[in-house]
Amino acid sequence: MSRFNQLFSSTIGKKLIMSLTGIFLSLFLVVHLVGNLQLFKSDGGLAFNEYAYFMTHFAPIKAISYLLYATFIVHALYSLIITYRNRKARPIAYASYNGAANSTWNSRNMGLLGTIILIFLVTHMSNFWYQYHWGDVPYVEYTTNIQTGETSVRDIPAAEFHDFVKYIEDGSEIMIAKDLYKEVNFSFQSWYLVVFYVLAMVALGFHLAHGFKSAFQTLGFDHNRYAPLIRAIGFWIFGILIPLLFAAMPLYSFFVVNS
Amino acid sequence: MNLTLKVWRQKNENTRGKFHTYEAKDISEDMSFLEMLDVVNDEITRKGEDPIYFDHDCREGICGMCSLYINGRPHGPKEQITTCQLHMRSFHDGQTIVIEPWRAAAFPVLKDLAVDRSAFDRIQQAGGYISVNTGGTPDANIIPIPKVKADEAFNSATCIGCGACVAACKNSSAMLFVGAKVAQFAVLPQGQAERKERAQAMVDQMDKEGFGSCTNTGACEAECPVGISLSNIATLNREYLGAKIIKEVEVH
Repeated sequence: MSRFNQLFSSTIGKKLIMSLTGIFLSLFLVVHLVGNLQLFKSDGGLAFNEYAYFMTHFAPIKAISYLLYATFIVHALYSLIITYRNRKARPIAYASYNGAANSTWNSRNMGLLGTIILIFLVTHMSNFWYQYHWGDVPYVEYTTNIQTGETSVRDIPAAEFHDFVKYIEDGSEIMIAKDLYKEVNFSFQSWYLVVFYVLAMVALGFHLAHGFKSAFQTLGFDHNRYAPLIRAIGFWIFGILIPLLFAAMPLYSFFVVNS
Repeated sequence: MNLTLKVWRQKNENTRGKFHTYEAKDISEDMSFLEMLDVVNDEITRKGEDPIYFDHDCREGICGMCSLYINGRPHGPKEQITTCQLHMRSFHDGQTIVIEPWRAAAFPVLKDLAVDRSAFDRIQQAGGYISVNTGGTPDANIIPIPKVKADEAFNSATCIGCGACVAACKNSSAMLFVGAKVAQFAVLPQGQAERKERAQAMVDQMDKEGFGSCTNTGACEAECPVGISLSNIATLNREYLGAKIIKEVEVH
């Protein structure tokens, strides 16, 4: 036994958990984004639906996905624990407070931004993740002529669908899958869901613009050359580029695919 | 110039405080903020009332004794100065100035605008020192230290322990103070022997005092009167996590 406190009972230890889970969630976003970019392909959802099947059935990815759900919960839970202590550290608030003079708005409102992201996450998971696993999803059959590369898409009734298959028959490649692509475009017919998604991505951008670099500061990362690089990546890639591309998906669906 | 002051008045630690409004008349813009309060106190005393109690000592920005949360910022609207170095020319005639004590559970109000900052002393006592046997005066440059390292340690050592970092932080975190106190020894050869124990003991004491966590807003660095940088917090995180995770040294 040490005469010192245990690591995770300390304020720095709790922040270490926030930092590591935050970095893991940021990396997940990159993977999620790269996969979802297939929504921009005009192939009737062939690539996207195959990708969706792969992500939900390939064992190592499934294992990581459970780790991911746990990470979300731990990140949210520890934010509550840390915020509770931080509130207790100042029982009487200032009557006159000028936070804008010394810090950025998003750095002071990570909890608020995180709450918006959590609400978004619940909506997002029930829209697609729950629907894909247990809900009513349409089914689709793609027939691609191997020589010409032309693909024909045919909606199939639920009765004809047994499981995801991909095979070659008579010079054509046939794929039968759950049509998440159609489900996505169906959901984004409603303008208020599109607006909500875009706003949530704005919140995500603000959250990550502070969170990404903050995670590295918590780890004690303070290299004179690479720390500015981390700050730049945090702001430009995680704060702007990634949320922008994610926000483009519902907008693309609403304005291009559905019109 | 004439000013309206809204000042926090509180009899002692156990009573509830509230704001009182005072008029500060014929204030010279060349006065320091504390001199302005002296003028107001002079008038209050002449009326036979209890003067406003506030901390001050050297009045030249060295001691770290003066505090005051002025119009929403510790040490007032200017950067890298203490309240005693703040002049009334930073305000305009007819302005209302709200003056509050540092707000933190770890800094209880003693009276009016003065808070008890002995939590900082206890953190220092936990590990902010090096153990050296007394004896003959050692030769000045007997331990060679590179100039960059000496400068780095000195930059951290400029911390005057005023508590503005805690006051500015939305979490009342003391990480900048503790960071500076840990970093100043971490880079010097004299600090190596107790390096691992120091980081752990000081963080333990910091947590025990009830300071919040660092959420890296950077408010502390922006409000620090002597310019202690966020690098010190990164160093503290590194020292602490290094001591906890990589190798925890135990003394018996």
